[in-house]
Amino acid sequence: MSMYNYGFLDENTKRELRRKTLKAVAIPGYQVPFGSREMPVARGWGTGGLQVTLSLIGLGDVLKVIDQGSDDSVNACNLRDLISETSEVDTTTDTLEATVIQTRHRIPEEKMTDEQILVFQVPTPEILRTVEPSEQESRRMHAERDYSRLWVHLYEDIVEWKEIRISYDYPVLVNGHYICDPSPIPRFDVPKLHQAETLFLFGAGREKRIYAIPPHTDVIPLQFEDYPFNVESYESGCEKCGSTHTYLEESFDSNTGERYLYCSDTSYCGKQQLKGQHQPVEIGVGWNG
Amino acid sequence: MAYVAVRGGQQAIKEAEKLLHYYRLKDGEQPITINQIRTQMRLAVDKAMSEGSLYDPDLAALALKQAEGDAIEASFLLRAFRSTLPRQAYTDAIDTSKMEIVRRISATFKEVPGGQYLGPTRDYTKRLLRMELMEETEAEAKATISEFLENLNLNAEEVESGQVPTFPRVINLLKEEGLIHVPTQGERNTDGSVDDITRDALSFPTSRAVRLQAMTRGETGALLAFAYSSVRGYGDVHPTIGELRVGYVPVYMPHPIYPEETIALGRILVTEAEIVVRQQDENVSGAAQFAVGYGLCFGHNEDKAISMGILDQTMVAENPASPAQDEEFVLYHIDGIESSGFISHFKLPHYVDFQAELQRVRSINRKEENEV
Repeated sequence: MSMYNYGFLDENTKRELRRKTLKAVAIPGYQVPFGSREMPVARGWGTGGLQVTLSLIGLGDVLKVIDQGSDDSVNACNLRDLISETSEVDTTTDTLEATVIQTRHRIPEEKMTDEQILVFQVPTPEILRTVEPSEQESRRMHAERDYSRLWVHLYEDIVEWKEIRISYDYPVLVNGHYICDPSPIPRFDVPKLHQAETLFLFGAGREKRIYAIPPHTDVIPLQFEDYPFNVESYESGCEKCGSTHTYLEESFDSNTGERYLYCSDTSYCGKQQLKGQHQPVEIGVGWNG
Repeated sequence: MAYVAVRGGQQAIKEAEKLLHYYRLKDGEQPITINQIRTQMRLAVDKAMSEGSLYDPDLAALALKQAEGDAIEASFLLRAFRSTLPRQAYTDAIDTSKMEIVRRISATFKEVPGGQYLGPTRDYTKRLLRMELMEETEAEAKATISEFLENLNLNAEEVESGQVPTFPRVINLLKEEGLIHVPTQGERNTDGSVDDITRDALSFPTSRAVRLQAMTRGETGALLAFAYSSVRGYGDVHPTIGELRVGYVPVYMPHPIYPEETIALGRILVTEAEIVVRQQDENVSGAAQFAVGYGLCFGHNEDKAISMGILDQTMVAENPASPAQDEEFVLYHIDGIESSGFISHFKLPHYVDFQAELQRVRSINRKEENEV
């Protein structure tokens, strides 16, 4: 990769990304437009998160990349390869060891600290897109905090379906001002964003937006007094590690066709399995303490 | 550098890539050369350069070879390479009136100053498969060339004079008569700069410079579909091709030290279309006039230049009533690299999201059952 610059992007591009990231941190939840570059992976495959990560990673960082909670997912492998080869950083699957974690659609089960940054890959950063297709109009709505149509949308869901139908991309009010899209994390992960110690950065490459939720920021999912926000829950625990406090995925046994639940955070699940076998392993605390 | 041992995924993508390389060559045929692609697949090369937004016929041919002929994949390879190159300078605007013409036609007037030149066009060929090309030999190819050159009926006077004919723009005939609306607002910003879509995200309403930039690197099929929609039924433009030119233009850049000098960088093949339509802009009042939609792209790609010229004029509507009039609709959806990337991303696992969806659907159904 020697024909490419350190961290793949040229230095001017990195500088722009850092400036835009700082602006995003200064205005929590506000989507900052940036001159998103074409990357050597396809648009929609994490190019926004990738640019943010490459602009802030440096020697001494330890990188973890997960896709849908898994370090081993094929696209996570590909992105990890690209970042570690061009930035010469060590990689890990352990949430506790990482300084920078790039993720698609999950927040790890172990609580992250103020020494760590979580970079989200975002497909559609505009939370108002469901109710307003025009970018120009959406920007006006944000500027005037004109969120009435979003509220009506949620209300209509309750009238028709007796609950809010949104499963992922759940709208959150950030710092009492902008409503933003926490990326397609499940509802289960949304409370982790509230008053966290970690810096959360969101990169949308195709849509050319960066936004942020800084540490110690109020992040409140939209809800009604009589219809409070709730998260996914399960009747049983993980088939592999027995955890009953994690986000689980349904899967079918390829031989028997039986349906099982497994942890989506494969690193955490692996640690829990080791613990079950009484092996020495350090497991972080959950986000609730 | 420490690498983590990840299980199946890492191995799977490595093996898939090996298989991909094998598939490109598996039938054991002579590898196709870059020269062959560049010279005999010239329209594919041109399209890749245009959509990849990089004028480099050799790299475009390489991209096509690597992509096994997939036009969007080839343009993506070029675009991803292009974005790693630092932005050093901007060239001067090209002057297409200085074009070395390969082809030049007008649909507005039968006779135009400079004349009409069909050039190498398929427009009036019968679209019959030429079975003899199945077994075309090198000798036959050479015979075709020499036969063509021998019978070439060049105008001896013109050849002797060494004068290259010039082609004044057809549009200027209408301009002189005051029938063309000339926009008062230039394409440059007040400080003389021009917007650059590779440096700044689109913001709406856009400048015309931004619209043209987005279209010239747009995917031909997307531009074609949007332009077609506007003339078939979802819009009210009635375009006439004022002029369509294909040819080579020189490219100059300002000298970095001596401001009065320019440096010639070379020449590029471009297709240019000027589309005459009745004035659509609601903000323009006064006498009835025509407006000109402008299309220009790298290489020889007439569908694209014409579509671009049409869309340049549909997007002036203040209150868009059809998709092709809505600049957000057009500009956000014509980039082949973006659209194909996002459509293909659905192949990625969505286990987490789908589990969340399952939970919601089951929860709603439980509530419905409890009601009954």
